[in-house]
Amino acid sequence: MPGPIRLNPPLTDEDVMKLRAGDQVLITGILYTGRDAAHKRLVDLIDSGEPLPMDLTGQIIYFVGPSPSRPGQPIGSAGPTTSYRMDAYSPRLIERGLKGMIGKGFRSREVVDSMVKHKAVYMAAVGGAAALISRKITSCEIVAYEDLGPEAIRKLEVTDFPAIVVNDCEGNDLYEQGIEEYRIA
Amino acid sequence: MGARIHNLNIKLWIREGRENDAFRFPRSEKPLTGFSRQITNQNNAMREIESGEITEAVRKMSIKAAYMLGHDVMEALEENLKKEISPTGREVLRQLVENARIAEEGLFPMCQDTGFAVIFVELGQDVHVAGGDLNQAIHEGVRQGYSEGFLRKSVCDPFTRKNTGDNTPAVIHIKIIPGDRIKLTLAGKGGGSENMSRVMMLKPSDGKTGIMDYVVQRVSESGPNPCPPTIIGVGIGGTFEKAALLAKEALLRPLGEPSPDPELAAMEEEILERINRLGIGPGGLGGKTTSMAVHVKMHPCHIASLPIAVNINCHAHRHREMIL
Repeated sequence: MPGPIRLNPPLTDEDVMKLRAGDQVLITGILYTGRDAAHKRLVDLIDSGEPLPMDLTGQIIYFVGPSPSRPGQPIGSAGPTTSYRMDAYSPRLIERGLKGMIGKGFRSREVVDSMVKHKAVYMAAVGGAAALISRKITSCEIVAYEDLGPEAIRKLEVTDFPAIVVNDCEGNDLYEQGIEEYRIA
Repeated sequence: MGARIHNLNIKLWIREGRENDAFRFPRSEKPLTGFSRQITNQNNAMREIESGEITEAVRKMSIKAAYMLGHDVMEALEENLKKEISPTGREVLRQLVENARIAEEGLFPMCQDTGFAVIFVELGQDVHVAGGDLNQAIHEGVRQGYSEGFLRKSVCDPFTRKNTGDNTPAVIHIKIIPGDRIKLTLAGKGGGSENMSRVMMLKPSDGKTGIMDYVVQRVSESGPNPCPPTIIGVGIGGTFEKAALLAKEALLRPLGEPSPDPELAAMEEEILERINRLGIGPGGLGGKTTSMAVHVKMHPCHIASLPIAVNINCHAHRHREMIL
């Protein structure tokens, strides 16, 4: 297996177009966090024509609701949550320039189509490898919606955050390909 | 003599609790009257257990479950790491083993979703809970454990989605059994795998084949969502709600321990083999380790029905038990 690809957001169309389903990546830089409740609020803002709490252009949203941080730690455990709950909202954010999403599990047809159309990518972090992932996060600040607790939008600084490309911008899907490869009929 | 009877009581108590044999006697054909007589409290005295002890036990279990992966699960992960043929699958399993070791150090829970606290209480009928409400004592233990352990509070109002703030209320299942002890079992149930679980009312004509097909189909459709490699709890029979409870109880059995019923044990093996041919693999990224175990529990059902429940658990298999 070739070595991992290094990504430093914000991502350009060219960065995204180089990625293929199955690529292992290591991300260093900024990730924004968000789950369903925060996504709903972002889309409500877009619907009412109001500005978003952060500029989404080229950014990556990590679907995570971390556990509380202990004193001296930037964050608690921070593994990915299941992505399909964001499917209703993701295409709206991709239209606004979002280039990457990190979560776990299947995405809908609409999200996959939107990623192809607008050049975006969906990556999986290992579900349940939350303690390991936390060690890659060097700082964390709340950007918006503190009232949502673990679901608030946070800005994370990460170093060598490990993820695997599931859906690339050409419509390939690692979940389908991987399962196909190892299925015994 | 007193001490011996006491020890015997504990042993029988554990056995009674774990296998829940009383509910399966129509198949075992061994009525449990012998057991019952031996564990009858001979002087009819009630044993008193302070509600504070229950709170303390639940507090400890909440924290320990979130940081310490059980040896049975750790062994299963390591075993599957040796056998997995997919390089990506091996990488995922390697990360999960390392993750469990980091969690054991006590700074980060093994998963950020530290679960809904589901508490099974097997309450000896010769126990008197003193000093407060048993249910409140359990909720308080969850409240303290999730706060002191820096665990995520994941319980909210279904409509407003407003977080209750302390991971309460717990879901509590109480069963009254013979004896003078309380066995508490905590399952910190993650949302991702719970969402992939189902109850289905099959037709009696669907039979064993229909049951096995349904479980395999459920795991197949869930794909990567429940964080494979998973543990699959299957409840067969009873009523609509009984099947669901059986499936959850089935998850409590240690990994690698087959059903004591040879027919169910064979079924567990066959379903597991079929699941691991699906190709879903660790993280759902392809491979042969989709599930680490299938546990089946069964109960007689209505002549018109064949209920089946599939409760999926992720590899963050948070289960702890204590006997008071």
